[in-house]
Amino acid sequence: MKKVNKSSPDTQGVRRTTRNDIILIAALLTLILLSALAVLLFRTEGDTVIVSVDGNNYGEYPLNTDAEIEIKNGDGYNVLVIKDGEAYVRDASCPDGICSSHRPIRYNGQSIVCLPNKVVIEIRSQDQKQPDIIA
Amino acid sequence: MKNSHTRTKKVAFVGVCASLALLLSYVEFLLPPIFAAVPGIKIGLPNVVILYVLYSLGAKHAIAVSFIRIFISAMLFGNAMTLAYSVAGAVLSLLVMIILKKIDKFSAVGVSVAGGVSHNLGQILVAVLLLDTPQIGYYMIVLAVTGTVSGILVGLCGAILINRLPINKFFRT
Repeated sequence: MKKVNKSSPDTQGVRRTTRNDIILIAALLTLILLSALAVLLFRTEGDTVIVSVDGNNYGEYPLNTDAEIEIKNGDGYNVLVIKDGEAYVRDASCPDGICSSHRPIRYNGQSIVCLPNKVVIEIRSQDQKQPDIIA
Repeated sequence: MKNSHTRTKKVAFVGVCASLALLLSYVEFLLPPIFAAVPGIKIGLPNVVILYVLYSLGAKHAIAVSFIRIFISAMLFGNAMTLAYSVAGAVLSLLVMIILKKIDKFSAVGVSVAGGVSHNLGQILVAVLLLDTPQIGYYMIVLAVTGTVSGILVGLCGAILINRLPINKFFRT
């Protein structure tokens, strides 16, 4: 015995892609494009590299002085290199290597994050070291 | 008619779907990262199953499948950290998908796109909270693009499944 109720979810077919879907996708892409533009337009070069481990401040380094810093957190490590006004991670203990494949950073607010080691490396300017109000 | 026989079949069906979703997470785990510089980019293959269950059995069962998958997947391949990210992504994306499906203005593609992007948003929010770094929010721009694209793909696959595999084929009591 089979009872089929037209309004039950069991028999409900799926709509074809509607105009609403296109509008949703277009709206999302517009929003993305606008935020990407805003980020590109309002970025400024920073002068300080701030390293924090597990949310705590680990150290601050000037971006205009070449340096190599080993950031240690328990068994984990990340080797931060500052060269030619840019900062990048040369080597790290984390399995994914996401931080070491990240391209060099130089603009305010840019950051390299290593989730396994809980390390955050970011660029700031001396005159705006406080994070945004939204923080 | 909801007799206990159908209910048993539904429990079994949810179990099968959960293991299918789990298998798809494993497949995704094996795939090489699409774009290594930005973490978190995934097609979201398990979401095909979630979407199918959401349309064929309803919200309650979709939530069940999603959470069974997340907890077993965290036990097998992850840790407490990745569990926090998965749960946040799943809760937000399930919420958005269930609401969008309920208001009945979008097809499975729209629902899946919104689900994919909100999944990424949930994970970004957790990353911002756990690492106390609002700058991670910049990743959202990239993740929103990939979330939209993968949401479209998942939605199209899901729509095919929903149409070709009507649930009453499984529950002919």
